[in-house]
Amino acid sequence: MKNIDHQLVIIGGGAAGLRAAIEAKKELDDVGLISKVRTLRSHSVSAQGGIAASLANIQESHNDSWEKHLQDTIEGGAGLVDKDAGEVLAKNAGGNVIELERMGVPFSRTEEGKLDQRPFGGHTFPRALYAADRTGHAIVYALYGENVKLETTFYDEYFVLDLMTDGNSVSGLVAYDVRAGELVVFRAGAVILATGGCSQAYQLTSSGTASTGDGLGMALKNGIPLQDMEFIQFHPTGLRDKGILITEAARGEGGYLRNDRGNRFMEKYEPESKELAPRDRVVRAMQREINEGRGIDGKDYLHIDLTHLSSAKIERKLPTIRELALDFANVDPLEQPIPVQPMAHYCMGGIPTDTTGRVQGKEVQDEWQNLYAAGEAACVSVHGANRLGTNSLLEAVTFGKRAGRFAAEQAKPGISGKIDANLVDRYNSRLNSLRKDQGSVRSHELHDGLKETMTEKCGVFRSSEDLTEALDIIHQLQKEYSEKLVIEDRSDNFNTELRTALELGNMLEYSEVIVRAALEREESRGAHYRTDFPDRQDEEWLRHSFFYKNSSGKLRYHYRPVRNST
Amino acid sequence: MEIAFEVSRYNPEEKEGNFYQKFSISARPGNLDDLTVLDSLIRLKEEKDGSLTFRHSCGHGSCGSCAMLINGENRLACKTHLVDLLSQDESRVKVSPLPGFPVIKDLVVDLGSLFEHDREIKPYLVGSDKTSPEEENLQTPEELAPIQEATKCIMCGACTSSCPTYWDNKKYLGPAAFVRAFRWESDSRDESEGERMEVLNDKRGGVWGCNKVFNCNDACPKDIDTVGVIEKLKRKALGF
Repeated sequence: MKNIDHQLVIIGGGAAGLRAAIEAKKELDDVGLISKVRTLRSHSVSAQGGIAASLANIQESHNDSWEKHLQDTIEGGAGLVDKDAGEVLAKNAGGNVIELERMGVPFSRTEEGKLDQRPFGGHTFPRALYAADRTGHAIVYALYGENVKLETTFYDEYFVLDLMTDGNSVSGLVAYDVRAGELVVFRAGAVILATGGCSQAYQLTSSGTASTGDGLGMALKNGIPLQDMEFIQFHPTGLRDKGILITEAARGEGGYLRNDRGNRFMEKYEPESKELAPRDRVVRAMQREINEGRGIDGKDYLHIDLTHLSSAKIERKLPTIRELALDFANVDPLEQPIPVQPMAHYCMGGIPTDTTGRVQGKEVQDEWQNLYAAGEAACVSVHGANRLGTNSLLEAVTFGKRAGRFAAEQAKPGISGKIDANLVDRYNSRLNSLRKDQGSVRSHELHDGLKETMTEKCGVFRSSEDLTEALDIIHQLQKEYSEKLVIEDRSDNFNTELRTALELGNMLEYSEVIVRAALEREESRGAHYRTDFPDRQDEEWLRHSFFYKNSSGKLRYHYRPVRNST
Repeated sequence: MEIAFEVSRYNPEEKEGNFYQKFSISARPGNLDDLTVLDSLIRLKEEKDGSLTFRHSCGHGSCGSCAMLINGENRLACKTHLVDLLSQDESRVKVSPLPGFPVIKDLVVDLGSLFEHDREIKPYLVGSDKTSPEEENLQTPEELAPIQEATKCIMCGACTSSCPTYWDNKKYLGPAAFVRAFRWESDSRDESEGERMEVLNDKRGGVWGCNKVFNCNDACPKDIDTVGVIEKLKRKALGF
């Protein structure tokens, strides 16, 4: 068995992980970055529309300020944004984006050469900096280049199975080298979880197949709570049946949503902001139109109409959208509307951290010493119950950077923990038996069951009845997973079926939390809408949920107040 | 209707070496333009053989994971629709790993050299000290325009894998590295003083190995004019 030591190990090579590595490299010689996919394949590359900062670079945004950005973020978050974290996000946004520019991100520019800005839903000023409609790709590639320059050590296609912990301290992790087909133990002075989102638990999602919430699964295994998991963001405009993202910038640049009658129905639901209302509101309006039979041809989709925009504008600002619509829907947005429907997009919840990125335990006082989290995997609580578009790339770089800086401090004393031989043995025999056992259910069958359940019973509209059923089904799927799973691919070498099965294990764990948290929150707020409790109840529910597993594997939960001071 | 597939199989742990396995999947004729090669491979893995191995992630051409040789051309499996492959003369879909790279298993290749060559051309902004760290570099749309196309590269490897010079000479940096080099070298903010051009001007590894076969242009899923980019780098190397 291979054994690798690094001062700091980062899990995940998307925007948050890459940004963390750059910052940590300023303090440490020796930083390792582990990714289950090859670097540059992480899902951050699919972020399209932009990254928010109140730079006030254009005429229409010259009255903007970080205070207004914070205020919009808090309003969009429906009461659950922690103000201290929101302030860190908004106040440093300009500086953090300029840092990206100086690392070479090819941002779109104004005539005089400044970073251009465009409108996005829930933001009162045009605040989104963007690189055409490839902003995530542009940022990831620049961050990657910076890491090449700084000589970060990359471990591509290693799947992290578990953390090695001792009390509230982490000493390293156990990973599976997919190519070699063997376990590798990494020891480290500190670890950052930047493992990304978890939307693969849903049928229709903008997320790639790698977004399986592996960090969330690892957290639950180690008694770490997950915060605010009931808040799953559905994006209004997924390409019909494909779940390919049609950026909100399409509406920011002036696109209309239309129903079967050709009506701009958002005028009715949100007379002020129309298509640029926060995502949760737009999605509910769309779902109502569909449920009331005004979907296109009475079906479960609507249209986003860009035909009134000039071809020059689409060519300059939304070229990828045109390419995607042509490639995957056979529609030229210059001439025809694009068929779209809501899809799972982003998890507002995650592994709870303070504003330095340090992971919090079950209680506020049992903070982890040297374990950090950042990006979509984390919940530093800047999105509350509903995230504003362009705030996620900002969160990833802001808190990735901070986690990198503070984790590097913690990592300086060096590696102290011992290798947990029991843990390694356990995973060795687990992986061996998975490839030898004669089960009867393939992992994709269980995954299909999970996706269907989450989409139908824990989607845009939720009810006690549906959620209770969902919980039963998930328990059944968990049981089948542990008793009947079979893996056809028996080889050691590059066994993607084995990796997929391990990912499913994580999905079945955190999906239970999503459903339980949704069932317990008997109110409607942000992205969480209960048809049986349609009102927002601030008196009882202005608080964060924390769900964790106790030592016997039972799910426990409690709530904590929102941090309103800075 | 049944669609015939021939898929290249290779597992170093098995004795039989490399072979093509025949599969078929059923599809409704009207659904052909909806079904991609990636969809089909996923179905084959789920329905026919769980050990069939390939990489994929985003499913819409932005992550660069699923480049492979499909009916004789390098393409992204996720962006290739069956309807565009099948015709009166062609009744089957043949899928092989990207040529020119060592095969790890089935359709998975080792792209290590692609990324090594990328490192050699310094894929980052050199310098950028024109202003204080708190200020953005100015760059007009006219200054940005020349590199826009090259910034679309997703490092899928389809171009380099299609290049006969690269097949013959693994020291040759290849079209992907040249596109990436051009993207940084021609960025108005970049202040490299010849160090990148030195690598690009190298006799064995540099741009002069390009024989303008244009395979790379055909292969690029982002429609980057790779040969055009290489020609610009040649002119720059000559001091124009």
